[in-house]
Amino acid sequence: MRGREWARPVRPVRREVLGATPEVEQGRPPLLFVPGFGHGAWAFAEHWLGHAASRGFPAYALSLRGHGDSGPAPEATLRAYAHDVTQAAAGLPRQAVLVGHGAGALVVAHALARYPARAAVLVAPVFGGWATFGAALRRNPVGTLPAVFGGPLRLHRRQLFSRELPEAEARGYAGRLGRAGRRAQWQLLTGRAAEPAVGDPPVLVLGSPDDRIVPSSALTRAARRYGSAPLLFPGMGHDMMLDARWREPVDAILDWLEKDPAPTGRP
Amino acid sequence: MSTSTDHGRPDPEASTLALTRDGRPVSDRGDTVCVVGAGASGLTAIKNLKEHGFGVDCYERETGVGGAWNWRHDRSPVYASTHLISSRPFTQFPDFPMPDDWPDYPHHSRLLSYFERYADHFDLRGHIWFGTEVVRVEPVAGDRWDVTTRSTGGYGPERTSRYAAVVIANGHNWSPKLPRYEGLEEFRGEVMHASSYKDPAQLRGKRVLVVGAGNTGCDIAVEAAQQASRCWHSTRRGYWYAPKYVLGRPADQVNDALLALRVPLRVRQWLYHWTLRLTVGDLTRFGLPKPDHRVYETHPIANSQLVYYVGHGGIAPVPDVVRFHPYAVELSDGREIDPDLVVFATGYLPRFEFLDPKVLGDDAGEGRPKLWLNAFVPGRPTLAVAGLVQPDSGIFPLSHWQSVLFARLLRLRVTRPDRAAAFAARVSAKAGERYAGPVKDSSRHWFEVGHADYLRAVQRALLDLEASR
Repeated sequence: MRGREWARPVRPVRREVLGATPEVEQGRPPLLFVPGFGHGAWAFAEHWLGHAASRGFPAYALSLRGHGDSGPAPEATLRAYAHDVTQAAAGLPRQAVLVGHGAGALVVAHALARYPARAAVLVAPVFGGWATFGAALRRNPVGTLPAVFGGPLRLHRRQLFSRELPEAEARGYAGRLGRAGRRAQWQLLTGRAAEPAVGDPPVLVLGSPDDRIVPSSALTRAARRYGSAPLLFPGMGHDMMLDARWREPVDAILDWLEKDPAPTGRP
Repeated sequence: MSTSTDHGRPDPEASTLALTRDGRPVSDRGDTVCVVGAGASGLTAIKNLKEHGFGVDCYERETGVGGAWNWRHDRSPVYASTHLISSRPFTQFPDFPMPDDWPDYPHHSRLLSYFERYADHFDLRGHIWFGTEVVRVEPVAGDRWDVTTRSTGGYGPERTSRYAAVVIANGHNWSPKLPRYEGLEEFRGEVMHASSYKDPAQLRGKRVLVVGAGNTGCDIAVEAAQQASRCWHSTRRGYWYAPKYVLGRPADQVNDALLALRVPLRVRQWLYHWTLRLTVGDLTRFGLPKPDHRVYETHPIANSQLVYYVGHGGIAPVPDVVRFHPYAVELSDGREIDPDLVVFATGYLPRFEFLDPKVLGDDAGEGRPKLWLNAFVPGRPTLAVAGLVQPDSGIFPLSHWQSVLFARLLRLRVTRPDRAAAFAARVSAKAGERYAGPVKDSSRHWFEVGHADYLRAVQRALLDLEASR
């Protein structure tokens, strides 16, 4: 029973979806990229969308409400974000692969309980919890502390990118970051774990051991939840889709999808 | 050139294993499951069985998906102005939301496009044999089923395939239930069942009598109020006409807020009566009969316009019809009226003409199967009926969970046969259980379920299965 879903459906807002489609339709499943908190669809439009399309995958990126060019939603919750993802996924012509980055991976995990994705990819997943919060607080107390009191979470460019990315680019990307809803930020700490995924999709977890937001132990925990081990890209920052070596992780995702992974066999 | 693997296509030459009773070859479809009908319930059955790893063959007598909601179909009861009476969250499949920029109560054409998108999104069409009707479904040894099909309309040869399981999703709103009245044959005016009503032009300028106060009857009466020169609306008893909106929100969503809080039925009834008094007011003032039951005891009627048109004199409420005369209709209060057109919005009865009624526990053959959760058949662990429910919400979420439960049950038969047998025992013990509180016992309410009670029961069954994996 999902009484709340029926009694209080999520209020609709305008959603920004950017897309890149291959020149020739090759029957491959569409990819839906879900950016993390503060990021918009632009983060994937920069490199990954075009690259996925060039390899034959229709690729779309969504801006969660209150992010990018989607409608404003200062009071958005994780439930509203997951709703945006299921709506965007169900709007695609075929069963989609959901790719979530950062806290977007947590949103994807919630969406997987509502939408039977073809497969899911969690890139540098931020599943929240007090341990993640403690790590963030140690590394960037000035940027993190205000979030506890409903203020914005400010991520430093050195947390997001490796030193290989030219300073100007890193500064430019960091300047484009917005902020997530206050309540959604709190839910990162206190929210309930996602329900099991429906339709038993295969799940790939990837990240970097040098990520200054997600520790390796968190990557391993996230991957274990889906019965696998994380795929690691040393030397990359948290924002793998914008970092200097952005091509490596997206190629790994597309290679994995080309092998047509089987369901994980978990409930 | 087709092969035996094409969309689960049977290949009689390759896999003939036996003969039917009349000596035709049977092709063995192995573990494949057969779904009868590609309407809403059939589609969700295909999708969920497929998702659980089963091969699926679906037979659909028409040439498109959507069943009752595809107005091009012979058996569609949909008319030009049909809109949903349950709001979007109650109508959509739980794992495939309707676009949230759609209105609260979409038009039937949108619903059809939704089913077509569902079929394409989950790649279901390849599993469906369009233009093929099921002639016979017969149990054979090992809890398997012989399904005999032929082209719709009886053309071409019949062919029989053997399946591991069958889901019957042939719908229950297509075979008109026509009342019998003395003198009806002699009546000189036009008589039709609501199933033949398609367009308001059929009512234009006529003197129309609408019989029946279901949601369809009320909709047609409202249309007649706008199109016909005169409209009488005959109802057997008084009903509660619930507005589609309360407090600026779809009424079913407001009601479910109370259900989610598990507010007891009596309190909900009191609140509902109180709300209706504030919004619709005293129905007897409009000349409508006083309801002889409390709300939630008959199928809810969601219509904001009926009372409005009664108030404008567009609809004249009249009591039950007693008999027909060649040029008049006699009512139970002794009055006679003279309609040119009588529309019987008297509902539908389920029909399973391809199946021996006894298989579904319908020993009397009256079209009322004896099932558990309105879906599972005692003594037949590999047979399920999907969508045979009349809920106080949309049917499709219920069909979805029915087919999820059936798919998991079929899985369990392989992995834990002992637990599947325990489930089968429960099916036999609990067959005929109701989930609707104290409802009127008429054929209209045979399949009535309260969606919250029903889904909780399905959830319990799913959790039981889960625990036994």
